[in-house]
Amino acid sequence: MNTLSLTNLGPVTDIPLGEGRTYAVDGDMIAVFRLRNGSLRAVSAVCPHKGGPLADGQIDNSIVVCPLHLFAWDLATGCSQSGQAPISVYPVREDDGQILLGE
Amino acid sequence: MTQRLVVIGNGMAGARTVEEILARNGDFTVTMFGDEPYGNYNRIMLSNLLAGVETEEGIFLNDLAWYSENGITLNAGVKVERIDAKNKTVHDSNGVVTPYDKLIIATGSYSWTPPMKNVHNPKRGYHQGVFAFRTLDDTRGMIRYARDHERAVVIGGGLLGLEAARGLQNHVSHVTLLHAMGHLMERQLDPKAGQMLQASVEGKLGIKVITNAMTTEILGKDRVTGVKLADGTVIECDVVVIAAGIRPNTEMAANSGLPVERGIVVDDQMRVEGQPDIYSVGECAQHRGSLYGLVAPLWDQAKVLADHITGTTDVAYTGSKLSTKLKVAGIDVASMGLIAPEHDTDEVVVYNEPKKGVYKQLIIRDDVLVGAVLVGDNSKAASLIQAFDRGTALPEERAGLIFDIGGPAGEVPPAEMADDAQVCNCNGVSKGAICGAVSAGCKTVSGVMDSTRAGKGCGTCKPLVQRIVEWANGGAAEEDPAASWYVPGVPMPKPELMAAIRKYELKSVSSVFDKLVPGGEHDAKSKMGLASLLKMMWADQYIDERDARFINDRVHGNIQKDGTFSVVPQMKGGVTTPAELKRIAEVAEKYNVPMVKLTGGQRIDLLGVPKEQLPAMWADLDMPSGYAYAKSFRTVKTCVGSDFCRFGVGDSTALGIAIEERYQGLEGPGKMKLAVTGCPRNCAEAYVKDLGVVAIDGGKWEIYVGGAAGAHIRKGDLLVTVDSAEEVIKLTGRFLQYYRENANWLERTYAFVPRIGIDRIREIVIDDADGIASRLDAAVDEAVQSYKDPWKERAEPATPGQFRTSLPLTVLPQVPVRA
Ligand SMILES: Cc1cc2nc3c(=O)[nH]c(=O)nc-3n(C[C@H](O)[C@H](O)[C@H](O)COP(=O)(O)OP(=O)(O)OC[C@H]3O[C@@H](n4cnc5c(N)ncnc54)[C@H](O)[C@@H]3O)c2cc1C
Ligand code: SF4
Ligand code: SF4
Ligand code: FES
Repeated sequence: MNTLSLTNLGPVTDIPLGEGRTYAVDGDMIAVFRLRNGSLRAVSAVCPHKGGPLADGQIDNSIVVCPLHLFAWDLATGCSQSGQAPISVYPVREDDGQILLGE
Repeated sequence: MTQRLVVIGNGMAGARTVEEILARNGDFTVTMFGDEPYGNYNRIMLSNLLAGVETEEGIFLNDLAWYSENGITLNAGVKVERIDAKNKTVHDSNGVVTPYDKLIIATGSYSWTPPMKNVHNPKRGYHQGVFAFRTLDDTRGMIRYARDHERAVVIGGGLLGLEAARGLQNHVSHVTLLHAMGHLMERQLDPKAGQMLQASVEGKLGIKVITNAMTTEILGKDRVTGVKLADGTVIECDVVVIAAGIRPNTEMAANSGLPVERGIVVDDQMRVEGQPDIYSVGECAQHRGSLYGLVAPLWDQAKVLADHITGTTDVAYTGSKLSTKLKVAGIDVASMGLIAPEHDTDEVVVYNEPKKGVYKQLIIRDDVLVGAVLVGDNSKAASLIQAFDRGTALPEERAGLIFDIGGPAGEVPPAEMADDAQVCNCNGVSKGAICGAVSAGCKTVSGVMDSTRAGKGCGTCKPLVQRIVEWANGGAAEEDPAASWYVPGVPMPKPELMAAIRKYELKSVSSVFDKLVPGGEHDAKSKMGLASLLKMMWADQYIDERDARFINDRVHGNIQKDGTFSVVPQMKGGVTTPAELKRIAEVAEKYNVPMVKLTGGQRIDLLGVPKEQLPAMWADLDMPSGYAYAKSFRTVKTCVGSDFCRFGVGDSTALGIAIEERYQGLEGPGKMKLAVTGCPRNCAEAYVKDLGVVAIDGGKWEIYVGGAAGAHIRKGDLLVTVDSAEEVIKLTGRFLQYYRENANWLERTYAFVPRIGIDRIREIVIDDADGIASRLDAAVDEAVQSYKDPWKERAEPATPGQFRTSLPLTVLPQVPVRA
């Protein structure tokens, strides 16, 4: 996991169930996803393949599929399922309805 | 310097040669000509297609994307008529002249028709009901015709005739095989083996075989009613398939002054005799006096030609030893080399067990295998072919060559095979290569087949490939069971899935996962397909979960390579007004749209729009969405038609607009692109649309379905000719609904229509043979009623942050901006 100082990104309801949104944090872009099982995941927003916007991808409870060329990454580990470079994963949790990124 | 390479013939040898050249990084710009209107398919698999064990999709080797990815210009459906070797150009049937630096002729063969009375119809080519068995079109025609008929006769008892007879059994109830020679496959089998094969074909398959049967006449006036043999026997039938042999396609080469004997004469580098820059490979080439009619030798030729043309010196093709290992009509047959001894000293080993239909014969000269014939049991074929190819000395114990003595029954276990043992003879793949693919991460049989091409030729080695993959995996590989599922994450084919959805009234994508997937696992890659299906099934009762949509469908625009989107205002039938044009121009200017482009579907595309600007632009445009995204009804392209055109016989513009107005936004398993054209000159390209309408004289309209001119090219099939625009609109809806309900996810009409068969579709959609026409009409009507313009979402986003940017801050590949 990558280190980041704890940041409040706002209410979880800003992210619809099963979708992702991009947040600018410390000059970095981070995609936060709200899985249909209610939990949150945070990964780097840029697809390592050709720079696709990962927050626009489709997810299930374990992977995100980039919208540009449909390669897939594991949301928990950042590992590619299709032979690409891994993406960075950040700690994220929900506290009192707020998205808390980092530790 | 990059040279221009032109290839005539886009069949198995031509395409393979180009693949081999690409693999050697040959510096060529390649142009290919193929008489057949397709990409490159596996001709061998036509037998399986006829037998119904393979689909058309499954037999394509290189799709059109492959050609474009490799920078190859493919002229599909274009015949080369003449080569001008002096000026180094080829002249094609469109009158186009193409220059070359290097030329490869790979024109293959045609199906030979023995002289018979009445086989040709002066107007139509073959008599109605008579077919050759050579091309995809032949096979399609045969299947279509045979389906409605009862009795078939196949002329020719070689490999091809047997395959045809076996395949036809799938479509008709009686099949008779006529062979002019004394026994079947006389070129590969000795008389004993031929008789054994005949007994199996008759006994096990129920195909009637008549040998020494010389067909002299096709009976029937308008269509076939029977055939007559030399001895006067008449065999009644309504389908005749001729598989009596092939002849190389050499006419064009001969007319162009190239040296042609039986085939085009080539040297050991596959160069046409006396022509430094012209080569020939495949069935049309004659090398050291031999012509080859099987693929394995063609692959060898392709390799030598590719080596030579890319500059490797010292390569020579010295001929191939012919061996075949086949399932002929479902019976194992292998044959190599001699079928009869030639010298007194040749040793002949024979084993014969008629009851089981097993026959084996070996011919051995000086301890080396020079010929073998196996019928009914191919378990030793692989090792025999290897011994034959390599000419290795045989062990003393001959019996061990034809039986597994003492060892386990069946074939050699993978563990005991040598690493360089060839498994796939068509593609030259060794056991070692297969194991390499497995250790590189391919765990499924289909994955290994894709990456090594093993089993992708004639397919007879597939079971062995499977066993090796399993062994290399430690015993666990499986065929991908998901192949028949509608979406990869829900283990059900479409009809079952639809039944379950109805039964449990599942109206949202997540409920489908929860209810129908064991363990309730959700699957990102299945969401889009399910969303489309549920929307079709439930219309406005569908519970729309936005995360089930692809980004394009969430923001109603097409995502571009830099993460921006495109805006395409609706412009029904491609018709607009000066006022609308002005508004579009103003909006484009106001938002600094980087590129304004006319699309292939006659619409204006504003490209490169950031997501967050979409709602404002839609509002300023105040026009409905033009559906340039989504698996849905896209556009109706029209020509000017009778309104303005000198030739127009129907008001194509008005009809196109009416169709688009009615069916706008209709979702389906794939895109639906339509066109209406005002006369058969076809300026709107209606013959190559999912549904195309053509005005013809007398106020009538023809409806074509299943056409395509994208990555796949296909002329649509004529569904029906009707008298009024109203009927066109109604039948359009009915056909589209039938497609929506029955096609697989992402299956475009060009695949769907041939899969179901145009006759069957006509029965359902036009003749209402299944009694579902009014239900289809009602269902499409309901879908039409639930249409809402998605761009209206601009005022009130459907989800929080629907139009918030997801663009990363890094510099991205930009859509090029043109001045
Ligand atoms: C039903 C069937 C089953 C078979 N089964 C087997 C099998 O099990 N094992 C095996 O080894 N072999 C089998 N074969 C034989 C094998 O398919 C051929 O040996 C192989 O396809 C020959 O390749 P080719 O490229 O030389 O010719 P083709 O594949 O015939 O390709 C030639 C192409 O050139 C095109 N062409 C011709 N003239 C022109 C022109 N002037 N301009 C432009 N294009 C032109 C033709 O339209 C054709 O598409 C089978 C054949 C058939 C028909
Ligand atoms: S298709 Fe016929 S009617 Fe339409 S523009 Fe062309 S020539 Fe004119
Ligand atoms: S617009 Fe279509 S044809 Fe053109 S590059 Fe994109 S996908 Fe290919
Ligand atoms: S940019 Fe993400 S898969 Fe290509």
